[in-house]
Amino acid sequence: MIAEIGLAALWLAAALAALQLVAGALAVRGGAGSEIAALIRPAAVVQGALASVSFVMLLWVFAVTDLSVKLVAANSHSMKPMVFKLAGAWGNHEGSMLLWVTVMALAGGLIALVERRLPERTMHATLAAQGFVGLGFYAFLLLSSNPFERLALPAAEGMGLNPLLQDIGLAFHPPTLYFGYVGLSIAFSFAVGALITRQVTPEFARAMRPWVLGAWVFLTLGITAGSYWAYYELGWGGWWFWDPVENASLMPWLAATALLHSAGVLAARDALRAWTIMLGVVAFSMSMMGTFLVRSGILTSVHAFAVDPERGTFILALLALYIGGALLLFALRAGTISEGERFSVTSREGALVFNNVMLSAILAIVLMGTLYPLLTEAFDTRVSVGPPYFNPVGAIFVVPMLIVMAVGPLLRWRRDSFERIGREAALVAAIILAALVLVSIIGDVAILPLLSLALAAALAVGSLLPLKGRNLRLLPIATWGMVIAHFGIAVALFGMASERAFSKERLAAVMPGEAAQVGPWTVTLEAVEPVAGPNWTAIEGRMSARYRDGDPTTIAPQARSFWTPPQETTESALITRWNGQLYAVMGDQAAGGRWQVRLWWKPFVTFIWYGGMLVALGGVLALIGRVLSDLKRRSVTRRIAERKAETP
Amino acid sequence: MNWRLWIPLALFAGFLALSAYQLNQPKDEFVESRMVGRQLPYFDLAPAMPNQPGLASAQFTDGTPRLLNVFASWCLPCIAEAPQLERLQREGAEIVGVAIRDRPADVARFLAQNGNPYSAIGSDDLSALQLELGSSGVPETFVIDGKGMIRYQHIGDIRAGDVPMLLGKLREARQ
Amino acid sequence: MKRLILMIAALVSCFSMSVSAQDTMPPAPYAYRQLDDPALEAKAQDLMETLRCLKCQSQSIADSDAPMAGDMRHQVRLRIAAGESPDAIRGWLMERYGDYVSYKPEISASTWPLFAVPMILVLLAGVILLRRLRNST
Repeated sequence: MIAEIGLAALWLAAALAALQLVAGALAVRGGAGSEIAALIRPAAVVQGALASVSFVMLLWVFAVTDLSVKLVAANSHSMKPMVFKLAGAWGNHEGSMLLWVTVMALAGGLIALVERRLPERTMHATLAAQGFVGLGFYAFLLLSSNPFERLALPAAEGMGLNPLLQDIGLAFHPPTLYFGYVGLSIAFSFAVGALITRQVTPEFARAMRPWVLGAWVFLTLGITAGSYWAYYELGWGGWWFWDPVENASLMPWLAATALLHSAGVLAARDALRAWTIMLGVVAFSMSMMGTFLVRSGILTSVHAFAVDPERGTFILALLALYIGGALLLFALRAGTISEGERFSVTSREGALVFNNVMLSAILAIVLMGTLYPLLTEAFDTRVSVGPPYFNPVGAIFVVPMLIVMAVGPLLRWRRDSFERIGREAALVAAIILAALVLVSIIGDVAILPLLSLALAAALAVGSLLPLKGRNLRLLPIATWGMVIAHFGIAVALFGMASERAFSKERLAAVMPGEAAQVGPWTVTLEAVEPVAGPNWTAIEGRMSARYRDGDPTTIAPQARSFWTPPQETTESALITRWNGQLYAVMGDQAAGGRWQVRLWWKPFVTFIWYGGMLVALGGVLALIGRVLSDLKRRSVTRRIAERKAETP
Repeated sequence: MNWRLWIPLALFAGFLALSAYQLNQPKDEFVESRMVGRQLPYFDLAPAMPNQPGLASAQFTDGTPRLLNVFASWCLPCIAEAPQLERLQREGAEIVGVAIRDRPADVARFLAQNGNPYSAIGSDDLSALQLELGSSGVPETFVIDGKGMIRYQHIGDIRAGDVPMLLGKLREARQ
Repeated sequence: MKRLILMIAALVSCFSMSVSAQDTMPPAPYAYRQLDDPALEAKAQDLMETLRCLKCQSQSIADSDAPMAGDMRHQVRLRIAAGESPDAIRGWLMERYGDYVSYKPEISASTWPLFAVPMILVLLAGVILLRRLRNST
């Protein structure tokens, strides 16, 4: 019964999305009376509610392990802990697509409920677009991926008791990214709505911005967590591989970052209209393309995913419809949208335009590098594009971007001069030079990490300069957000460069009782013992690790052998200090009673993820700041209106 | 009409075309060797099991074309292709083997169970010859002509339908 | 149902270093052993990070526990120790496996767009910035 309610709610939600589309289209064309136009917002709200009902029903059947539902039987098990039963609801293709449309419908409902700044016609077009996009994903779910499908005979037990999959990171990492991907659908719909009515205004940017910020925060968190998970789980200390699945999450982030900044220019200065629209379309397009590349299996990746060409074809058709449609609309309409206000080269806008162009170029490089192997395969040649390509080629654009980023926030809007910020610019330049010289003296560091260290130092200082001479208590929350996010980039960059430049690796074959040195650490293999788990046995190496002359800490990395399905994994052990991490992995037995151990000392590697979290925190603060000031602005306008009404 | 505004759409159309094409292509994970059409590299491998000669590149220059089968006792598809190798041998093909990362006892047991079509088997404990040949997995089968030139590479297990094709390649190599 | 099992298997395999049939031989001598000379080891490490593991899904041989990746590391370390240059070793592998084995594309008939596009992007970025900024004020 519960599953049927879920399915019915899903069908009804799809019907409301269709209503939203039709009513919206009629209202925009002006062929509809006010009765039809009045349907649009309620339809969006109810659609959001129904989609939520559907998702809650899915959670329900997973919570009670209803084994007559195919999805539950395939992915769950009555013995699972409750949190993993619930996470199992979205840990599969059908459930994750339902989560996708639910988030999309909820977001659509929310803008229908609260967004009153934009002209009503633009809102109608926006909600019609949101309904249109939603409709495609409902069709995908209902026609090819029904999560509520029943089994003719209920299964005796579920097949999803794989402790490997019962990982809290794995449970919450994908939905985090999803919130990011889908949040960008709102920006997409706003962009399409504004293109249809040709009303690209600062209000439009203000309406769009919180959604972009929210999505961007989720993407930042998702990428940061995913990177740490790969670092921790894969057992070789790598944290970013330029793998297609990683790139699929990075591309929407790059587009959203650019969009965030261009929307800022549009909101504050009514400039960059067409550019902002374009980025709004591109950001969500990148989300959908990423999902397609990952789900269809046309690219091979270390993070394996369910692969199904039939579904791939469906998603590709949706891409053609939505991205193709939006880009066609852009080509037809963008020429009629003027670029808006002018500004000087040396101005806040100038710096933001520069960085927008750089971000777009980086996005183009990542996109091309990811797709290029697919292109050559069509001509029967296989090539690999990896870190040795992405790092230096990306740096061509990242380096100038970081330099401008360090001084850009000091510039005033519209028109400024280098003379005014001359001292700060000189300071930033001096830090870069000093760091370059200093690091070169310390050690033999390759060019890219060297540049990154220098730029990280300059950006760390540069990002704090906007605080200089300001009353920190009166500083707007959004400004705090910007400062912290930029500082976070510097922190993360420092972590990346330090890991590259100063990591120490030690592969050793040691007898129990022997010690190995890695950097400042002395690691002694005390004992090797077998350990038994629920469906694995492991060789556990008990090690005591000593940092210089400090007290020893005990760690116990494991090499696990699972038997259902048979495979081997490494459970690395980490010791985190303020200045880095010791990363220990237990290997196989070597000749003569020795054991293979892999040890790394990675100075400041944790700064990569601290930085990512700071960036996300900055985003949260900016979001709070923007929403609060919007609310304030709204109450002021209301008060003015009331006062006008009072005075006859 | 500003033609530049159409560029994003054009690029996207290219992406669509490529994706649609690739979605309908069978996904092959094979990495083809670039050594086809070139001379066998020098090697001299110890016997992979007692009572069977080892394998050296010098043996390939006697004018007889051969199949060089890269296999291992721990490889499941190798069991699947064993009957086809026997059939090839019955049809007159001379087959030599390279056992990858294998122990003599395991090789002997594998051949006792699945038949031994090989006239010689070299032991390649470090995948060294495999790397020299540009082979990226087991099983793989190379057609080597009588002058020691690599004429053809078959990736994956040999199916029944591949037998006539391989015999044909051997005949071609004879000319 | 079979598809669902495949899905689960696929999801699980993202944890695995090595799945299914596996040999029991010990790893090659230099698969998990560094060269004694740190300078040579650093050279070997830099090279290994740019070579693709042929048996794995998009991993370098420096990041893989697959036995064949271990054998490749062994080859790389031995050859570096014997004085071969990293480029020569990369060339030796590319001669056998083509561009696929190297994560570092080199300009060739099949890879030139990878290098042309960034250059076009630099020009394009320059033109966009110049136009936008010259038209301003």
